[in-house]
Amino acid sequence: MAYVLKQTHLEDIEEILENYLPQAGIHCVLLIDMAGNIIAEHEIGKTKHDIPSLAALSAANFGAVNALAKIIGEEEFSVLFNKGERENIHFSKVLDEFLLVCIFDNEVSLGLLRLKIAKAIGKIREILES
Amino acid sequence: MAFINLKKKEVQVKIVYYGPGRGGKTTNLEYIYKKLSRRIKTEMVAIKTHGDRTLFFDFFPFEMGKIKGYDIKIQLYTVPGQVKYNATRKLVLRGVDGVVFVGDSAVVRREKTILSLENLKENLATYNKDIFQTPLVLQYNKRDLEEQGIPVLPIETIDQDLNSELKAPFFEASAIVGTGVIPTFKKITAMTIASLEKELK
Ligand SMILES: Nc1nc2c(ncn2[C@@H]2O[C@H](COP(=O)(O)OP(=O)(O)O)[C@@H](O)[C@H]2O)c(=O)[nH]1
Ligand SMILES: [Mg+2]
Repeated sequence: MAYVLKQTHLEDIEEILENYLPQAGIHCVLLIDMAGNIIAEHEIGKTKHDIPSLAALSAANFGAVNALAKIIGEEEFSVLFNKGERENIHFSKVLDEFLLVCIFDNEVSLGLLRLKIAKAIGKIREILES
Repeated sequence: MAFINLKKKEVQVKIVYYGPGRGGKTTNLEYIYKKLSRRIKTEMVAIKTHGDRTLFFDFFPFEMGKIKGYDIKIQLYTVPGQVKYNATRKLVLRGVDGVVFVGDSAVVRREKTILSLENLKENLATYNKDIFQTPLVLQYNKRDLEEQGIPVLPIETIDQDLNSELKAPFFEASAIVGTGVIPTFKKITAMTIASLEKELK
Protein backbone atom coordinates (compact mmCIF):
# COMPACT_ATOMS: atom_id res chain seq x y z
CA MET A 1 0.00 0.00 0.00
CA ALA A 2 1.19 3.45 -0.86
CA TYR A 3 -0.12 6.93 -1.26
CA VAL A 4 0.78 9.22 -4.09
CA LEU A 5 1.09 12.98 -4.31
CA LYS A 6 0.98 14.59 -7.73
CA GLN A 7 3.71 16.83 -9.04
CA THR A 8 1.46 19.90 -9.09
CA HIS A 9 0.41 19.35 -5.48
CA LEU A 10 3.98 18.92 -4.33
CA GLU A 11 4.99 22.05 -6.17
CA ASP A 12 2.19 23.96 -4.48
CA ILE A 13 3.26 22.66 -1.07
CA GLU A 14 6.89 23.59 -1.70
CA GLU A 15 5.83 27.02 -2.75
CA ILE A 16 3.98 27.48 0.52
CA LEU A 17 7.02 26.37 2.51
CA GLU A 18 9.16 28.82 0.58
CA ASN A 19 6.87 31.80 0.48
CA TYR A 20 4.46 31.71 3.36
CA LEU A 21 6.90 31.66 6.23
CA PRO A 22 9.08 34.59 7.24
CA GLN A 23 12.49 34.14 5.65
CA ALA A 24 14.77 35.72 8.21
CA GLY A 25 15.79 33.38 10.98
CA ILE A 26 14.11 30.24 9.64
CA HIS A 27 16.64 27.61 8.64
CA CYS A 28 14.62 24.61 7.70
CA VAL A 29 10.98 23.71 7.11
CA LEU A 30 9.79 20.17 6.55
CA LEU A 31 6.49 18.55 5.83
CA ILE A 32 6.61 14.90 6.86
CA ASP A 33 4.09 12.17 7.51
CA MET A 34 3.65 10.30 10.77
CA ALA A 35 5.63 7.34 9.43
CA GLY A 36 8.65 9.62 9.07
CA ASN A 37 8.50 9.99 5.28
CA ILE A 38 9.57 13.36 3.89
CA ILE A 39 6.89 15.02 1.77
CA ALA A 40 8.58 18.36 1.15
CA GLU A 41 11.60 20.19 2.49
CA HIS A 42 12.96 23.68 2.28
CA GLU A 43 16.38 24.58 3.66
CA ILE A 44 17.51 28.15 3.82
CA GLY A 45 21.11 29.27 4.15
CA LYS A 46 24.14 27.15 4.60
CA THR A 47 23.26 25.01 7.61
CA LYS A 48 22.75 21.50 6.30
CA HIS A 49 20.80 19.28 8.63
CA ASP A 50 20.45 15.51 8.50
CA ILE A 51 16.90 15.64 7.11
CA PRO A 52 16.03 11.91 7.14
CA SER A 53 17.01 11.61 10.80
CA LEU A 54 15.15 14.82 11.62
CA ALA A 55 12.04 13.40 9.99
CA ALA A 56 12.29 10.01 11.71
CA LEU A 57 12.84 11.56 15.13
CA SER A 58 10.16 14.22 14.68
CA ALA A 59 7.51 11.67 13.75
CA ALA A 60 8.48 9.39 16.63
CA ASN A 61 8.67 12.24 19.12
CA PHE A 62 5.31 13.59 18.07
CA GLY A 63 3.84 10.11 18.36
CA ALA A 64 5.31 9.65 21.82
CA VAL A 65 4.05 12.99 23.13
CA ASN A 66 0.59 12.26 21.81
CA ALA A 67 0.57 8.84 23.44
CA LEU A 68 1.36 10.75 26.66
CA ALA A 69 -1.57 13.08 25.98
CA LYS A 70 -3.95 10.14 25.83
CA ILE A 71 -2.62 8.77 29.13
CA ILE A 72 -3.39 12.00 30.95
CA GLY A 73 -6.79 12.27 29.30
CA GLU A 74 -5.99 14.89 26.66
CA GLU A 75 -7.17 14.34 23.13
CA GLU A 76 -3.84 15.51 21.71
CA PHE A 77 -1.08 18.12 21.83
CA SER A 78 -1.33 19.39 18.29
CA VAL A 79 1.58 21.83 18.66
CA LEU A 80 4.98 21.19 20.24
CA PHE A 81 7.82 23.59 20.73
CA ASN A 82 11.41 22.95 21.85
CA LYS A 83 13.52 25.91 22.82
CA GLY A 84 17.29 25.86 22.57
CA GLU A 85 20.13 28.32 23.16
CA ARG A 86 20.31 29.30 19.51
CA GLU A 87 17.97 27.03 17.57
CA ASN A 88 14.37 26.15 18.23
CA ILE A 89 12.03 23.57 16.75
CA HIS A 90 8.31 23.99 16.26
CA PHE A 91 6.05 21.05 15.34
CA SER A 92 2.46 21.33 14.25
CA LYS A 93 0.05 18.71 13.09
CA VAL A 94 -1.53 19.01 9.65
CA LEU A 95 -4.65 16.85 9.31
CA ASP A 96 -4.18 13.52 11.08
CA GLU A 97 -1.30 12.17 9.07
CA PHE A 98 1.17 15.01 8.60
CA LEU A 99 3.50 17.20 10.58
CA LEU A 100 5.05 20.56 9.79
CA VAL A 101 8.50 20.93 11.34
CA CYS A 102 10.12 24.33 11.51
CA ILE A 103 13.67 25.08 12.70
CA PHE A 104 14.46 28.71 13.48
CA ASP A 105 16.73 30.94 15.54
CA ASN A 106 15.98 33.61 18.12
CA GLU A 107 15.68 36.37 15.51
CA VAL A 108 12.20 35.14 14.80
CA SER A 109 9.33 36.31 16.95
CA LEU A 110 7.46 33.23 18.08
CA GLY A 111 4.13 35.03 17.87
CA LEU A 112 4.64 36.01 14.25
CA LEU A 113 5.93 32.57 13.40
CA ARG A 114 2.87 30.91 14.90
CA LEU A 115 0.58 33.15 12.91
CA LYS A 116 2.39 32.39 9.67
CA ILE A 117 2.52 28.69 10.40
CA ALA A 118 -1.21 28.62 11.01
CA LYS A 119 -1.77 30.30 7.64
CA ALA A 120 0.59 27.93 5.86
CA ILE A 121 -1.09 24.93 7.44
CA GLY A 122 -4.48 26.13 6.24
CA LYS A 123 -3.14 26.24 2.68
CA ILE A 124 -1.37 22.90 2.90
CA ARG A 125 -4.46 21.27 4.32
CA GLU A 126 -6.50 22.42 1.32
CA ILE A 127 -4.01 20.79 -1.02
CA LEU A 128 -3.75 17.54 0.90
CA GLU A 129 -7.51 17.21 1.22
CA SER A 130 -8.15 17.70 -2.48
CA MET B 1 2.59 3.36 4.17
CA ALA B 2 5.01 4.12 1.39
CA PHE B 3 5.06 7.60 -0.05
CA ILE B 4 5.35 8.02 -3.81
CA ASN B 5 6.61 11.45 -4.85
CA LEU B 6 5.72 12.00 -8.49
CA LYS B 7 7.66 15.27 -8.62
CA LYS B 8 10.99 13.74 -7.65
CA LYS B 9 10.08 10.32 -9.05
CA GLU B 10 10.94 8.90 -5.66
CA VAL B 11 9.50 6.24 -3.36
CA GLN B 12 10.05 6.19 0.40
CA VAL B 13 9.48 2.91 2.21
CA LYS B 14 9.75 1.91 5.83
CA ILE B 15 11.13 -1.46 6.89
CA VAL B 16 11.03 -2.45 10.55
CA TYR B 17 13.07 -5.13 12.32
CA TYR B 18 10.87 -6.69 14.99
CA GLY B 19 11.39 -9.44 17.54
CA PRO B 20 12.08 -10.31 21.17
CA GLY B 21 14.49 -8.23 23.25
CA ARG B 22 18.11 -9.28 22.81
CA GLY B 23 17.26 -11.27 19.67
CA GLY B 24 19.73 -9.38 17.48
CA LYS B 25 17.70 -6.63 15.74
CA THR B 26 20.17 -3.86 16.53
CA THR B 27 23.04 -6.16 15.56
CA ASN B 28 21.40 -6.68 12.15
CA LEU B 29 21.14 -2.94 11.54
CA GLU B 30 24.69 -2.31 12.72
CA TYR B 31 26.00 -4.93 10.34
CA ILE B 32 24.04 -3.55 7.38
CA TYR B 33 25.16 -0.03 8.23
CA LYS B 34 28.78 -1.11 8.32
CA LYS B 35 28.50 -2.95 5.02
CA LEU B 36 26.73 -0.11 3.25
CA SER B 37 28.41 2.79 5.00
CA ARG B 38 29.95 4.07 1.79
CA ARG B 39 26.45 4.60 0.44
CA ILE B 40 24.92 6.17 3.55
CA LYS B 41 25.48 9.83 4.17
CA THR B 42 24.23 10.07 7.74
CA GLU B 43 24.99 8.64 11.14
CA MET B 44 22.89 5.81 12.46
CA VAL B 45 20.42 7.12 15.03
CA ALA B 46 20.10 4.98 18.15
CA ILE B 47 17.86 5.90 21.06
CA LYS B 48 19.00 3.59 23.82
CA THR B 49 19.31 3.18 27.57
CA HIS B 50 22.56 3.46 29.53
CA GLY B 51 22.74 -0.31 29.42
CA ASP B 52 22.82 -0.16 25.61
CA ARG B 53 19.33 -1.58 25.21
CA THR B 54 17.11 -0.09 22.52
CA LEU B 55 14.74 2.36 24.20
CA PHE B 56 12.85 3.62 21.18
CA PHE B 57 14.47 2.64 17.89
CA ASP B 58 17.57 2.49 15.73
CA PHE B 59 17.33 4.16 12.35
CA PHE B 60 19.14 4.91 9.16
CA PRO B 61 18.05 5.73 5.60
CA PHE B 62 19.47 4.01 2.57
CA GLU B 63 19.20 4.75 -1.16
CA MET B 64 18.64 1.60 -3.15
CA GLY B 65 18.95 2.99 -6.64
CA LYS B 66 16.31 3.11 -9.34
CA ILE B 67 13.40 0.81 -10.07
CA LYS B 68 11.08 1.58 -12.99
CA GLY B 69 12.59 5.05 -13.07
CA TYR B 70 11.88 5.75 -9.41
CA ASP B 71 14.57 6.44 -6.82
CA ILE B 72 13.95 4.00 -3.99
CA LYS B 73 14.69 5.33 -0.50
CA ILE B 74 14.52 2.81 2.28
CA GLN B 75 14.24 3.69 5.94
CA LEU B 76 15.35 0.96 8.29
CA TYR B 77 14.13 0.85 11.88
CA THR B 78 14.35 -1.53 14.81
CA VAL B 79 11.85 -1.61 17.66
CA PRO B 80 12.64 -2.01 21.35
CA GLY B 81 12.00 -5.68 22.04
CA GLN B 82 11.38 -5.63 25.75
CA VAL B 83 7.77 -6.40 26.68
CA LYS B 84 7.38 -3.21 28.72
CA TYR B 85 8.08 -0.97 25.74
CA ASN B 86 4.98 -1.89 23.76
CA ALA B 87 3.75 1.71 23.48
CA THR B 88 6.92 2.87 21.75
CA ARG B 89 7.14 -0.33 19.71
CA LYS B 90 3.70 0.39 18.31
CA LEU B 91 4.74 3.92 17.33
CA VAL B 92 7.66 2.63 15.27
CA LEU B 93 5.30 0.33 13.35
CA ARG B 94 3.21 3.25 12.16
CA GLY B 95 3.20 3.30 8.37
CA VAL B 96 5.38 0.19 8.06
CA ASP B 97 5.76 -1.33 4.59
CA GLY B 98 7.81 -4.43 5.34
CA VAL B 99 8.83 -6.38 8.44
CA VAL B 100 11.78 -8.59 9.33
CA PHE B 101 11.05 -10.73 12.35
CA VAL B 102 14.29 -11.64 14.11
CA GLY B 103 13.71 -14.76 16.21
CA ASP B 104 16.14 -16.07 18.80
CA SER B 105 17.14 -19.68 18.17
CA ALA B 106 18.22 -20.36 21.75
CA VAL B 107 15.98 -22.95 23.39
CA VAL B 108 15.62 -20.75 26.48
CA ARG B 109 14.23 -17.91 24.33
CA ARG B 110 11.66 -20.03 22.56
CA GLU B 111 8.63 -18.71 24.39
CA LYS B 112 9.74 -15.06 24.22
CA THR B 113 10.16 -15.37 20.47
CA ILE B 114 6.70 -16.90 20.00
CA LEU B 115 5.09 -14.21 22.16
CA SER B 116 6.87 -11.46 20.27
CA LEU B 117 5.45 -12.70 16.96
CA GLU B 118 1.97 -12.72 18.52
CA ASN B 119 2.60 -9.17 19.69
CA LEU B 120 3.58 -8.17 16.15
CA LYS B 121 0.27 -9.51 14.81
CA GLU B 122 -1.66 -7.61 17.48
CA ASN B 123 0.20 -4.35 16.92
CA LEU B 124 -0.21 -4.54 13.14
CA ALA B 125 -3.91 -5.14 13.71
CA THR B 126 -4.19 -1.86 15.63
CA TYR B 127 -3.20 -0.17 12.35
CA ASN B 128 -5.70 -2.35 10.45
CA LYS B 129 -2.85 -4.30 8.93
CA ASP B 130 -3.00 -8.04 8.49
CA ILE B 131 0.31 -9.85 8.93
CA PHE B 132 -0.61 -12.12 6.01
CA GLN B 133 -0.90 -9.08 3.74
CA THR B 134 2.34 -7.46 4.93
CA PRO B 135 5.69 -8.24 3.31
CA LEU B 136 7.45 -10.34 5.95
CA VAL B 137 10.74 -12.21 6.24
CA LEU B 138 11.67 -14.37 9.21
CA GLN B 139 15.21 -14.64 10.46
CA TYR B 140 16.26 -17.43 12.82
CA ASN B 141 19.20 -15.77 14.49
CA LYS B 142 22.03 -16.87 16.79
CA ARG B 143 22.58 -20.19 15.03
CA ASP B 144 26.22 -19.95 16.19
CA LEU B 145 25.26 -20.50 19.83
CA GLU B 146 25.35 -24.23 19.25
CA GLU B 147 29.12 -24.07 18.83
CA GLN B 148 29.36 -22.65 22.33
CA GLY B 149 27.37 -25.57 23.67
CA ILE B 150 24.20 -23.53 24.16
CA PRO B 151 21.14 -25.51 23.08
CA VAL B 152 19.43 -24.08 20.00
CA LEU B 153 16.18 -25.15 18.41
CA PRO B 154 16.47 -27.22 15.23
CA ILE B 155 15.43 -25.15 12.21
CA GLU B 156 12.39 -27.38 11.67
CA THR B 157 11.21 -26.67 15.21
CA ILE B 158 11.58 -22.91 15.17
CA ASP B 159 10.04 -22.82 11.70
CA GLN B 160 7.14 -24.93 12.96
CA ASP B 161 6.75 -22.57 15.95
CA LEU B 162 6.67 -19.36 13.95
CA ASN B 163 6.01 -20.09 10.34
CA SER B 164 3.58 -22.99 10.02
CA GLU B 165 0.76 -20.66 9.01
CA LEU B 166 2.65 -17.64 7.73
CA LYS B 167 4.79 -19.58 5.26
CA ALA B 168 7.07 -16.59 4.94
CA PRO B 169 10.58 -16.82 3.51
CA PHE B 170 13.12 -17.42 6.27
CA PHE B 171 16.88 -17.27 6.73
CA GLU B 172 19.22 -18.79 9.26
CA ALA B 173 21.53 -16.17 10.65
CA SER B 174 24.29 -15.30 12.99
CA ALA B 175 24.01 -11.56 13.02
CA ILE B 176 27.00 -11.10 15.28
CA VAL B 177 29.30 -12.33 12.52
CA GLY B 178 26.98 -11.24 9.71
CA THR B 179 25.87 -14.60 8.36
CA GLY B 180 22.41 -14.34 6.82
CA VAL B 181 22.05 -10.61 7.49
CA ILE B 182 22.40 -9.35 3.94
CA PRO B 183 20.24 -12.12 2.38
CA THR B 184 17.48 -11.25 4.87
CA PHE B 185 17.79 -7.56 4.02
CA LYS B 186 17.80 -8.17 0.28
CA LYS B 187 14.75 -10.38 0.50
CA ILE B 188 12.65 -7.94 2.51
CA THR B 189 13.54 -4.98 0.30
CA ALA B 190 12.70 -7.00 -2.83
CA MET B 191 9.37 -8.15 -1.38
CA THR B 192 8.44 -4.70 -0.12
CA ILE B 193 9.17 -3.04 -3.44
CA ALA B 194 7.37 -5.82 -5.32
CA SER B 195 4.29 -5.11 -3.18
CA LEU B 196 4.33 -1.51 -4.46
CA GLU B 197 5.03 -2.35 -8.06
CA LYS B 198 1.41 -2.04 -9.16
CA GLU B 199 1.49 1.54 -7.96
CA LEU B 200 4.69 2.43 -9.82
CA LYS B 201 3.52 3.15 -13.31
N1 LIG C 1 25.96 -15.46 19.79
C1 LIG C 1 25.27 -14.53 19.14
N2 LIG C 1 24.98 -13.37 19.77
C2 LIG C 1 24.28 -12.44 19.08
C3 LIG C 1 23.85 -12.64 17.73
N3 LIG C 1 23.20 -11.54 17.34
C4 LIG C 1 23.20 -10.68 18.38
N4 LIG C 1 23.87 -11.22 19.44
C5 LIG C 1 24.11 -10.61 20.74
O1 LIG C 1 22.87 -10.56 21.45
C6 LIG C 1 22.80 -9.38 22.24
C7 LIG C 1 21.56 -8.59 21.89
O2 LIG C 1 21.66 -8.13 20.56
P1 LIG C 1 20.88 -6.83 20.07
O3 LIG C 1 21.18 -6.66 18.62
O4 LIG C 1 21.14 -5.69 20.97
O5 LIG C 1 19.36 -7.32 20.26
P2 LIG C 1 18.00 -6.50 20.11
O6 LIG C 1 17.49 -6.30 21.49
O7 LIG C 1 17.12 -7.43 19.32
O8 LIG C 1 18.29 -5.24 19.39
C8 LIG C 1 24.07 -8.61 21.99
O9 LIG C 1 24.96 -8.88 23.01
C9 LIG C 1 24.56 -9.18 20.65
O10 LIG C 1 25.95 -9.11 20.54
C10 LIG C 1 24.20 -13.89 17.11
O11 LIG C 1 23.92 -14.15 15.96
N5 LIG C 1 24.90 -14.78 17.87
MG1 LIG D 1 17.89 -3.33 19.94
